[in-house]
Amino acid sequence: MTRANLDSKLQNLLNEILELDSMVETATLQSIEALKNHDLELAKQIYHDDALINARRFDLENDCMITIATQQPIVAHDLRLVASILEVVAELERMGDYAKGIAKIALQIGTQPHIKPLIDIPRMAEIAVSMLHRSVMAFVHFDAEAARQIPDEDDQVDFLYKQVYRELVTIMFSNPSTIDQANYLMWVAHNLERMADRVTNICERAIYVATGQMKEIDVSDDESKV
Amino acid sequence: MNKFVLENLHVKYSDGVEALKGVSLEIPAKSITVLFGPAGGGKSTLLRTLNRLNDLSDVTEVSGRVAMFNSDSSATDLLNPRLDVIALRRRVAMVFARPIVLPMTIRENLTYGLTLAGERSTIRLHEAVERSLQQAALWDEVKDRLDEPAISLSGGQQQRLCLARSLALDPEVILLDEPTSGLDPISTTKVEASLQEIKVNYTVILVPHSIQQAARTADQAAFILQGQLIEQADGKELFLNPRDKRTQDYIEGRFG
Repeated sequence: MTRANLDSKLQNLLNEILELDSMVETATLQSIEALKNHDLELAKQIYHDDALINARRFDLENDCMITIATQQPIVAHDLRLVASILEVVAELERMGDYAKGIAKIALQIGTQPHIKPLIDIPRMAEIAVSMLHRSVMAFVHFDAEAARQIPDEDDQVDFLYKQVYRELVTIMFSNPSTIDQANYLMWVAHNLERMADRVTNICERAIYVATGQMKEIDVSDDESKV
Repeated sequence: MNKFVLENLHVKYSDGVEALKGVSLEIPAKSITVLFGPAGGGKSTLLRTLNRLNDLSDVTEVSGRVAMFNSDSSATDLLNPRLDVIALRRRVAMVFARPIVLPMTIRENLTYGLTLAGERSTIRLHEAVERSLQQAALWDEVKDRLDEPAISLSGGQQQRLCLARSLALDPEVILLDEPTSGLDPISTTKVEASLQEIKVNYTVILVPHSIQQAARTADQAAFILQGQLIEQADGKELFLNPRDKRTQDYIEGRFG
């Protein structure tokens, strides 16, 4: 009975996070589908639908501000949660931009045949989206233990990124006419690699909400190793 | 749909103090309207105009228009000197800052008003007791001791009993003048939670005891300063983006 108003507002915010996350996951997986299948219609749709993700992010931010303004005083766990939601929505919105970027590349490559079969890139997307999904679940369920496990999986994405990078460099060396497309594909892999990195930020926030500890999770910076 | 419409309301006390200086305000039905502002601004005077409690204080001049809308959409002129104020107060109940329990049992506190109004059916009286205690979020705490003296309840419980006593008569409007100013935080959240429940069926008008409470509870908020209505808006809007500089300064704690 007590706190019912605040609790229902916080629950709404968490539900909105889940919806925003689901939009981002779908956009990412579909952008890879569009790239793989030369589906230009789908790519166009994802490109334009990014505006919906952005609008959703602003709505959510505004709901956070209203919660802070009206449900005073917001303290302790509630405060950590609302402040962290503001961080998480920014991460999700940015990941939506990565998906939009991949959709744009799909449009730029158009109907050109791929210079290599797309196997590692879709695998990177699968792992990144799975990490994202579980990080958001850990966030909304205040599950610090789950959040601590996820960032380690970033190694797999980094490994695939390096593999794609080397392969594309080799292809470019052997046939300079592939440089254009190889560059685009490198950019796609880079976006997915960044996405998995940003999952770590969501995990950090999940741990902060659950435990109050604000600590950077140490994941190796892949770019220095490439 | 509006429950009350106030137009250019002026209220002056016998000592010459003009407590309200031309307030125009619309109060929607079935929601919580919060009247807030610094002490001495006229909030209580405004509240007391709505059930004519000002008749009992030394108000000398009242002008303007105060209309209360009935369920058939007709309007009652609340400033009409020939108005049946006893009937009005049955429709527009009030809960005060300090709980005033009657020196009777918990049950009798709740049935007193109904019995006075002529209700004789013990079944209906019993139903009213349970319903009103449920609405005031007190039922679980007192259901096993309804025949104990009301004075044995804690302060927070006594205040909820006062709310339940108002609700037992099934009024249309509940006026609350700083109902939680003497209560601890837990009792305060219980009272606030019950207001959120009852607003579905009643028009609730609250003078809060803090800006925080105003922000937490308001569906609509009206900022009243020195007898004037400065700003009225949706609660979320007013506490996030106040339009008037004076409202902003007050809710940010710069004066008051």
